[in-house]
Amino acid sequence: MTAVLSGQLTEAGVRAALGAVVDPELDEPITDLGFVRSVAVADGGTVEVHLRLPTSFCAPNFAWLMVSDARDAVAAVPGVGRVVVQLDDHSDSDLINRGLAADAGYVGTFGHEAEESLDELRLTFQRKAHTAAMERALTALLRADPTLAEADLGEVTLADLPPGPTTDALLQRRAALGLPVAGDAAVLVDAEGRRPDRAAVPMAVRKARSVRISVDGNAHFCRGLLATRYPGAQDDQVPRAADRTVLPLLLDQKVSS
Amino acid sequence: MYTKDGEKYFIVDAHIALWDARPENQLNVHGKQFIDCFYDYHRNLSPEAEVWPYEEYLYQGGERLMKDIFTDGYVDHAIFQPARLGEFYANDFGQTEESFALTQANPDKLTYNHWFDPRDGERGLDQLRADAERFGLKGVKLYTADWHGESRGWKLDDPMAYRYFEVCRELGIRNVHVHKGPTIRPLDRDAFDVADVDHVATDFTDLNFVVEHCGLPRLEDFCWIATQEPNVHAGLAVALPFIHTRPRYFAQIIGELMYWIGEDRIQFSSDYALWTPKWLVEAFVDFQIPADMSEYGPLSTEQKKKVLGLNAAKMYDIPVPAELQLPDADETATGPRQPESADLAMA
Repeated sequence: MTAVLSGQLTEAGVRAALGAVVDPELDEPITDLGFVRSVAVADGGTVEVHLRLPTSFCAPNFAWLMVSDARDAVAAVPGVGRVVVQLDDHSDSDLINRGLAADAGYVGTFGHEAEESLDELRLTFQRKAHTAAMERALTALLRADPTLAEADLGEVTLADLPPGPTTDALLQRRAALGLPVAGDAAVLVDAEGRRPDRAAVPMAVRKARSVRISVDGNAHFCRGLLATRYPGAQDDQVPRAADRTVLPLLLDQKVSS
Repeated sequence: MYTKDGEKYFIVDAHIALWDARPENQLNVHGKQFIDCFYDYHRNLSPEAEVWPYEEYLYQGGERLMKDIFTDGYVDHAIFQPARLGEFYANDFGQTEESFALTQANPDKLTYNHWFDPRDGERGLDQLRADAERFGLKGVKLYTADWHGESRGWKLDDPMAYRYFEVCRELGIRNVHVHKGPTIRPLDRDAFDVADVDHVATDFTDLNFVVEHCGLPRLEDFCWIATQEPNVHAGLAVALPFIHTRPRYFAQIIGELMYWIGEDRIQFSSDYALWTPKWLVEAFVDFQIPADMSEYGPLSTEQKKKVLGLNAAKMYDIPVPAELQLPDADETATGPRQPESADLAMA
């Protein structure tokens, strides 16, 4: 059995597993972002993965989340034995790589700089990812239907959204936060599922828009910086998912007012 | 002064530096990593013709700075905003003596702001008083992600920082430029979080807080805080160069800023020597929000004049020829503005 599984262990299989690891800030898989520098599978199931980031000073807490998630994802692949994940060229590379190899955990690795855990940080960015996905869905609807007013967006339900990647992405992010995904659920909600009053709807949409612009802009900048730092890295990047082109596709038609 | 199509623009570059990142000044690998990171920013966002060779990027010197900013760059007045980075560079990153000497030689053109660090404790308070007197400080530049011994960051609402702001208030240092970077203790939370700006701006309403690169990568958090605090301003460092490679993204940044904080609280800066002002000024004057982004109103010439110089000139009492001055917008001090100019909001 072990032999069979070892026989199936491939670089492609490891990369597929790494596709489940997400940059929490950009809400995209590290494989799409080009953050996976190399994957090597050796006899006996030893896997060595090198990760790279757009700058030496990318926030170390996000770096830790990505490398430790990468380690866990690779370790879960059938047939994998020893796992070595290394973060290259970061200001905290030595610290993080040592901590990971020793299985020291987040607090054990960062010592006095860490307090409890990175759970709250992760949740903060899951909420932002949901907000951005919600704005993409609502703005697409607004642009597609000239009779729809911004103030009406509070009444839109999940069933009103057209099928497609934008809606699917929103449903996934709602599920991650434990928000309802049934068709009659309102789209415009905060991270706890609360709906704004009608008068507060335009402001809620504008706030969500600023979140989406921030996430999209950061994603674009980080992708560009990675390619500047590592020439050729752009060939390892997968264009942003269809549910979120870097900037929203804008129709030429004007919204009537 | 920049003139285009008969319009005159008074230019204040609110964030420049004279740095030394040459190998002989680097203390360790982080000194190289830091300037390499800056150089990647520079290469990634500059037009091809404006990209400098790496060697030139490590150190510019005063003569080149004067040429890039004033002779070629249309700037009428520029403000030094030095970063210390004492754990990375032997003689700091921003060159205090050289910058101040240049300021003394060109007092009409240059203003020197200095840094403080609350982790310097009581001694730092005395140093701030001495620096204020020596440099005639009107402002300070604070880099909250600076390393300091075992510490790799501080917050504006740390108790010791409040002692420093009280001294600023006492000494008439009214303008606090805040530069957010990663690595803040504890690492449990978002390193780029701007919530401390909210607290300090509420508690020191007589100080101006200029958040550099308008809170990027947390534009949304910055906008939400700044719209509620009339003494919080946006610096366009880093944001403005997107105008070349990603103009539609820049349109959204400036559109959001105009919506949330308005035309009187946004300041131009090249972040020299990260970028040079010439192409940024030219591009911004020519820039317009794309017509299909109907959620934003178009930028007016008056708004551009304010952003490019009048807003910072007002904050720093820099004399502006009477015919170039403009009144403040007739807008709310807090909360979103001009929603009527955006047709999506009206639809």
